[in-house]
Amino acid sequence: MVADATSGGASLRPLPRPSDRLRRARLAHVYLAVLLGVVSLFSLTIGATDITLGDALGKLLRGEPLSRMEQVVLWDIRLPRLAMGICVGAALAVSGAVMQGLFRNPLADPGLVGVGAGAGLGAIGAIVLGTLLPPVIIDRFGNQIVPIAAFIGGWLTTIVLYRVSTRHGRTSVATMLLAGIALAALAGALSGILVYMADDRQLRDLTFWGLGSLAGASWVKVMTAAPIILIAVVTATFLGRGLNGLALGEATAAHIGHSVQRLKNGSILLVAAATGAAVAVSGGIGFIGIVVPHLLRLATGPDHRTLLINAALLGASLLVLADVIARIIIAPAELPIGIVTAVLGAPVFLWILLRRRDLVDM
Amino acid sequence: MLNASDITVSLGRTQVLHGLGFRAKPGQVSAIVGPNGSGKTTLLRAMTGDVPYGGTVTLNGRDTRDHKPWELAALRAVLPQSAVLAFPFTVIEVVRLGLQAGTSAMQTEIPMDALARVGLAHYADRFFQELSGGEQQRVHLARVMAQVWQPQQGGIPRWLLLDEPVASLDIANQLEVMDIARSYAAAGGGVVAVMHDLNLTAMFADHVAILAAGRCLAAGSPDQVMTDGILSKAYGCTLRVNTPPQTAATYVLPHSAASV
Repeated sequence: MVADATSGGASLRPLPRPSDRLRRARLAHVYLAVLLGVVSLFSLTIGATDITLGDALGKLLRGEPLSRMEQVVLWDIRLPRLAMGICVGAALAVSGAVMQGLFRNPLADPGLVGVGAGAGLGAIGAIVLGTLLPPVIIDRFGNQIVPIAAFIGGWLTTIVLYRVSTRHGRTSVATMLLAGIALAALAGALSGILVYMADDRQLRDLTFWGLGSLAGASWVKVMTAAPIILIAVVTATFLGRGLNGLALGEATAAHIGHSVQRLKNGSILLVAAATGAAVAVSGGIGFIGIVVPHLLRLATGPDHRTLLINAALLGASLLVLADVIARIIIAPAELPIGIVTAVLGAPVFLWILLRRRDLVDM
Repeated sequence: MLNASDITVSLGRTQVLHGLGFRAKPGQVSAIVGPNGSGKTTLLRAMTGDVPYGGTVTLNGRDTRDHKPWELAALRAVLPQSAVLAFPFTVIEVVRLGLQAGTSAMQTEIPMDALARVGLAHYADRFFQELSGGEQQRVHLARVMAQVWQPQQGGIPRWLLLDEPVASLDIANQLEVMDIARSYAAAGGGVVAVMHDLNLTAMFADHVAILAAGRCLAAGSPDQVMTDGILSKAYGCTLRVNTPPQTAATYVLPHSAASV
């Protein structure tokens, strides 16, 4: 009766126009970029000294030279700190979103499931045992050793986690979270052993690093982490289509034309690189990776083609904002930023669990 | 032509398929039937590359192993038995997931037409997770149809591979889905469906392969192979095949020894 699948139904009644979440999500790129700009200017203006960006810019526009103080505060302290906040925030949010896409679950987050701890173990190992490396390598790689070790630690943890929690292309959330706890405990224990082995100078390095803070920001650190994070974030945006397909399960993702193995390997590498680089320069900063993608999914939908870019922008904005709060709330002293993100993020995480209890039964 | 020859599949240590062959022609609805555990779904999963298999599967004359995933996706779409979906996508977004890159000009029309074809156009903006099991299954059928919307492209047939497409549907929707399969075949596409319901199979299939214990017991037109003897042997129970004069469609009745 019907000659071809393209006929029938379509012309019978006027079709409703689907509201386009994709267009709204693309518009959000612009809003979030503006937000990041505003937050960044705010961050450059706030600090222990009352030097403001406005004064400095005014001087520059009038052709007057900046004072030595202004140069140091803006160029050597606030700007690298801002750059690092942007990089780390983007890295944490994007690796959270990619990992959630890979595991097909909104609760997967590198910090939550042991990848951060694995990267931390790598970083601590490099700080404590790095001096044992041949001088050639130390001379050649110098500042890169800690991020590279953090990357390797994060990468190995992600692979073990995926192997343990995924059977026949389906990921069990319970297994993933429990395996994450076990891996984090193991990484923590090994890190503890390394801390015992550390000498005094290394201990001081470790303490600063472990608090989760942007306080140690310097151009050297920015130059160490920024290229890795930039590459990871830009690459991530190419995974959007594949991660969307993966939402249908591995088999169906392959049926609709995605090279699933390549997609999985790419995602794991990228999460490990971004998390590793972020952890290496700023220690463990939690909850950005889980809260940011979740808020964006609520606002503009789960399409990874836009979600990953928006996550980078919102993650960067929120971390810079959290850093501002960390700097002013008990000024002139400052809180480690990890405390701020945990205080703000943990309740949001609990709220996610309350709203979507069904997720935990999966 | 979809041609699977000498297919062997082992799951764990158990050999599930023992060197079986299966052929499907474009322009036909080909059904795979058999009792639980006979290897119907495994055969389909071998043909879609979801399980490692021995033997060869060719699609339109070319080994499927020689295709890139996106080349295969342009030639055939696969409807799995139970489909999962992570994240709160809307119905129309799910259907769009089936589209290949580079078809953006048609992105609004084909998915809506496909949804209309399964009778769910009014659900386009609903969240997929809010729908009933049967509705979700039809959304996935729409996604699969959108992926290979034209049954032929440049004279080359495209394929729908369906694993129990009517499993969770009411009787009206079962007929509607089988009607979609028929019209796809009538327009020159190929349809392969794993079927549970023998009567729907008799009504809609042009070609039937009957599997039992990982082997092909018989293959041919429903008239040829859906006989008392073959079906009773395949299912291990007494079945009677009848043809009511007014419709000329075969139907199968179970025959209980206890009730005689």
